[in-house]
Amino acid sequence: MMLQRVKALTKKEVKKTVREPAVLFMIFLFPLVFVLTFGASFGGLSGSQPVYNVGVVNLDAAVPPSWPQVFLQTLSNSTLLHVQVYVDNQSAQSDLSQGKIQAVIVIPSAFSQSLTSYHAAPNNPSDWVNATVSLYLDKGSVVATQALPPIIQSVLESFVDQNQNKSPTPIRMQIASLIEVRQLSAFEFMAPGMFTFASIFLIMMVAQSFTQDRENGMMKRIRTTPITSVEFMTSQIVSYMLIALIQAILVFAAIHLMGFKPQVSVTAYFTAFAFVLLFSLSNVGFGLITATISTTSSGATGISFLFVLPQLFLGTFVGASLSSATQIACKFVPSYYVTDALTSLFLRGATIASPTILVDLFAVSSSCLLILALGIMLYAKYFKI
Amino acid sequence: MANAAINVINLVKKFEDTTAVDSVSFQVEKGEVFGLLGPNGAGKTTTVNVLCGLLKPTSGSAFVSGYDVQKESEKVKKLIGICPQETAVYPYLTGIENMELFGNLYALNMETLRKRSNMLLEKLGLAKDAKRKVEKYSGGMKRRLSLIMALIHDPQIVFLDEPTVGMDPQSRRAVWDFMKDLKKDRKTVFLTTHYMEEAEALCDQVGIIDHGRLKTLDMPENLVAKNGVENLEEVFIKLTGRKIREEI
Repeated sequence: MMLQRVKALTKKEVKKTVREPAVLFMIFLFPLVFVLTFGASFGGLSGSQPVYNVGVVNLDAAVPPSWPQVFLQTLSNSTLLHVQVYVDNQSAQSDLSQGKIQAVIVIPSAFSQSLTSYHAAPNNPSDWVNATVSLYLDKGSVVATQALPPIIQSVLESFVDQNQNKSPTPIRMQIASLIEVRQLSAFEFMAPGMFTFASIFLIMMVAQSFTQDRENGMMKRIRTTPITSVEFMTSQIVSYMLIALIQAILVFAAIHLMGFKPQVSVTAYFTAFAFVLLFSLSNVGFGLITATISTTSSGATGISFLFVLPQLFLGTFVGASLSSATQIACKFVPSYYVTDALTSLFLRGATIASPTILVDLFAVSSSCLLILALGIMLYAKYFKI
Repeated sequence: MANAAINVINLVKKFEDTTAVDSVSFQVEKGEVFGLLGPNGAGKTTTVNVLCGLLKPTSGSAFVSGYDVQKESEKVKKLIGICPQETAVYPYLTGIENMELFGNLYALNMETLRKRSNMLLEKLGLAKDAKRKVEKYSGGMKRRLSLIMALIHDPQIVFLDEPTVGMDPQSRRAVWDFMKDLKKDRKTVFLTTHYMEEAEALCDQVGIIDHGRLKTLDMPENLVAKNGVENLEEVFIKLTGRKIREEI
């Protein structure tokens, strides 16, 4: 294999990516604009805190209503919450269902009685009157379901157990909706999937590049030179891995700027980038398959969505909000394992030797190499490069 | 055969039920400019594609510099340069970058590459625009660049597939002068064209092909004399019963 040829074609592909406005937009600018706008929309911008609108319904008829009022004041003191009091649960639920507020806190009728019993005998649970504060969440808001429960739980705990003893109390919070609570902001939760999201569009770029070169006679011209198939394909793979790396660095910078700052080791970062690079191999493979079955570059753009969309919906941050049944289908796309590995590394704090990372690594490397090999085989068979 | 740059023997190329090239045989001597004339769809480009190793013949054989184009295509590729019918250039690269890319594909060293690029760009009047992106070039400039890209590695045999089609008169004149220089340098040129005046001005030997069959093969002046006509256009009409550019 002659490196001079591989280097020349790699340089050409990188120049194309940088100089062609459509390619530049799709590969670099689109993911960046997406991350920045998405991050800003979901309050991921570092330095600015989101404020959540919550409704409070007080069912405690105690006279005077001092405990509910103190609780309301404690909620209002939180810089993260904007509290609105409702006279009944029905009107609060109505506003919740319309998206006007993101949560409803229902103070139970036994609230004051429970707190009085607790403060009278803080060390004697048998004398306490138990009460449950209900929390209704906006099921349509990922932010509400993920961010609000820990915030309200924290406010309630600090209110009931003012000495912060972390000992049991008679008041507990129950989430009315059965949505899993995660102590992460929506943006943080989705950030690992954004790396995968950005890389997926390589499929379209590869398919367009190959079909365009066929259309304008460049592929034919290259085939008349002494370049070998191995040299040609190596140059393409190296080019797109390089582009994927630059893309991942840019996306990471943008995500970091928007407030995603995982406290993990340098090794974890390297591992994450290695996953993204491995994933770019499958995108080259899918791109080649698309280029094989497309006759024109505009056709390639359309057909590439056959591969882009499943990977996008089943394997990136989008997949997290899908139904459990759909999530089974996620396991059949390589992007799922990349996002899972990145989530484990960045959010769950998994080490690179942990079983989950190793399983993901095996799934990503085997599937990506297989797809790449299939892409090369098909393209070589029908277009003899 | 020993001195032949190109030797084609009973070449047949079929695409499903269409016979694009039908039992064609000819020989091109080293240093000769050979013109294959015919209308669109006559089989000219298919013949070139077989000779360059891009297409496998259905039957028959073809040799370039004595090498079988099918069995020894790697050797053939090092000896030939091809200017395809399409304006095959990368629009997002500059003129010089296009040349350097192909020079690198032929493994030229940087010094030779620079020297050849500058000389060729100068000859075809593109030196001033060498550092501009090709997307800003006119159609004629792109065609001229495409032509010199085929010659960056100084090949012994050059295939020029309709090199002047769609060119303005000035560009066409420049290409003709350039081809005359190639002839002086004893390069073998295989030219396909449907411009009869181009063939008359440049070719040592001419083959007329129509519907995949080689109708005649001789020096232009002999063809004119043998057929008792004024020029190659009339030779074509006499042999095929129609004008060469009717179908364009």
